[in-house]
Amino acid sequence: MNKHATLYLYELAWMLPSVALPVGMLAALAVTAFGAHIGLPGEAGRVDPAAVMQTAPFNQPGVVEIAPGRYEAHLVAGIWFFNPPEIRVPEGSEVTFVATSKDVIHGFLVRAANINAMLLPGQITRVTARFDRAGTYPFLCHEYCGIAHHTMSGKVIVEPRS
Amino acid sequence: MVQPAEQVYTGRTESRLTGAYLVIALLALFVGVVTGLFQALSHAGVNLYPQLTPVVASYYQGLTVHGVMNALVWTTFFICGFLQFVATRAFGLPLASRTLAWMTYGLMTGGLVLAAIPLLGNAATVMFTFYPPLQAHWAFYVGLTLVVVGTWLVTLNLVLTYRTWRAQHPGERTPLAAFMTLITFAMWSIASLGLAAEMLLMLIPWSLGWQRGTDPLLARTLFWFTGHPIVYFWLLPTYISWYTLVPRQAGGKLFSDPMARGSFILFLLLSTPVGMHHQFTDPGIGQGWKLTHAFLTFAVFFPSLLTFFNVVASLESGARTRGGRGLLVWFAKLPWSDPSLTAQVLAMLLFAFGGIGGLVNASYSLNLVVHNTAYIVGHFHLTVGTAVTLSFMGITYWLVPVLRGRGLWSPRLALVQSWLWFIGMGLFSFALHDLGILGMPRRTMMSAAPYIQPEWQALRPLVGIGGSILFVSALLYFLNMLLTCVASHAPAPETPAFAEVLSGPEEGPAILDCWRPWLVFTVILLILAYGHPLVHLVSNTPLNVPGMRVW
Repeated sequence: MNKHATLYLYELAWMLPSVALPVGMLAALAVTAFGAHIGLPGEAGRVDPAAVMQTAPFNQPGVVEIAPGRYEAHLVAGIWFFNPPEIRVPEGSEVTFVATSKDVIHGFLVRAANINAMLLPGQITRVTARFDRAGTYPFLCHEYCGIAHHTMSGKVIVEPRS
Repeated sequence: MVQPAEQVYTGRTESRLTGAYLVIALLALFVGVVTGLFQALSHAGVNLYPQLTPVVASYYQGLTVHGVMNALVWTTFFICGFLQFVATRAFGLPLASRTLAWMTYGLMTGGLVLAAIPLLGNAATVMFTFYPPLQAHWAFYVGLTLVVVGTWLVTLNLVLTYRTWRAQHPGERTPLAAFMTLITFAMWSIASLGLAAEMLLMLIPWSLGWQRGTDPLLARTLFWFTGHPIVYFWLLPTYISWYTLVPRQAGGKLFSDPMARGSFILFLLLSTPVGMHHQFTDPGIGQGWKLTHAFLTFAVFFPSLLTFFNVVASLESGARTRGGRGLLVWFAKLPWSDPSLTAQVLAMLLFAFGGIGGLVNASYSLNLVVHNTAYIVGHFHLTVGTAVTLSFMGITYWLVPVLRGRGLWSPRLALVQSWLWFIGMGLFSFALHDLGILGMPRRTMMSAAPYIQPEWQALRPLVGIGGSILFVSALLYFLNMLLTCVASHAPAPETPAFAEVLSGPEEGPAILDCWRPWLVFTVILLILAYGHPLVHLVSNTPLNVPGMRVW
């Protein structure tokens, strides 16, 4: 076999798995994203940033039960707080967080519940998670928002079914 | 008259120009490295910021300086110097216009000074991503925009130089290092349009008070249009050294010129239409678009896989001429006594982990675990912080001696420096990846955070130790550079010649040396990936969010 054919075969032998690998990983992703319903935040509407505190549902931050075992948590982030800083739901709940920022970009990370979202002034963020185990789920702001960014935190308290 | 494609051109003007860019680049890296030490210590629970005032007003100002100086200034200025040097030598021609080249340098340096004043004065503590509604002093935005405009002028000068070469060499394949330089700047010129639009149409009028409000989502989308391809603006010059110089430094030849050309064309096509993978957790952008960008991001991984194969095969060709045997053990026969080679090979090793981490970040739903955590910090210190920075340091181990006309002051110190960077970065980055998975946030003053989780405590000191080792490595690097410039009596080395090839440019199809089809494809892909989202955002977005200064 001449030198050029050999080099070409080496190239091909590398290129084929190099295509197969990303394609395979992408297929796995598609299965988890759509099969297991692990979604990312999407479009959920806008809000006038100047009137957030007067606009439903942000004019009443807190938790409401919308159906048995299903809750909505209305959350407003600002410099340097989450309102409400503490969210209580019973074990086994499905909670949809409906959140926004009233000033600069904030983040919302609930590590133990796989919630990770950005809160932008003018945009509504909707993310849903199940809380099947009782306990405390800390959350924090992970987007730089000023001099006291590192103090912004809160917690979800999941109460055991008695 | 036909000139050999690889005649060694020794233009003094280009050498002086490159040296001028490197001075700024190295100064920026020095400032960036010093700020970095205090951040690493803060992660370990040691807060030295009270001692640093008033020079550094806060952790967050230090971090902004660190990001701007390392990620924007060190990289851009090094690249403009290094690539103009390499391209003119590959063409065997001077730059088309020396006047334009020096005016551009003046513009870029002037822009840097303009941006640096509010940055150092704590009037621009907005991170190197400067997301509105955080609002810096207008001079910060104007200054950075001038630096970007400068890169467009570098592109123009290189394109004009190429036209001259092409007129003298009809039908010949463009010399590889020059072709790659042109791809790098073409890709960057297209990619930087997002940032330019954000600056010129949003942030500058807004910070000057001509517009009352702006929109954070539109600004972020335009930023990340440029923010992903900028990492290829950093990586492609690294790859140029790995492809066209390192094989000869390793004693071997480049395995495949056509595959190298092909990989760069794929980077031109695929670097930019992927930016939404930095916005996976943003509201206001639909999941369908995010998935499209995830798919394209996996596609842009392919040319890096090609690079991995081609570069390792080239290293292997060098090691085997030096007596290397076996399936893997040939690796030990590389010329490890050469600090320029050692730095770049160590950079490649850590880059493998950076690439794998990048795949995790891009994996759509997996991004929920890592976004805005310390994992990202670990990731980009392996990529821009090691693959790019340690390779650029390795390049300076021959480039600065060549430009200065004096040999490297201590090759042994350079070897120690390279290995310390490798060890320090390994420790630093491993700890940060782990902390990120455990939920520790990025861009946060951890030494003052009230929510430290118990599972973070064992890893935090490792960030401080790794960062301190990196700091020592950097000090040794700067010492060596300084003494090389002022005190070395060793003879200057020759400029390294470009590597020969095992599979040459003529073995590849002519379309790999064309421009029009690839530029057309690039624009088509951009319209497909960004057209609708941007039109939708622009037409539905009120600019009603006011600026805030919150530091």
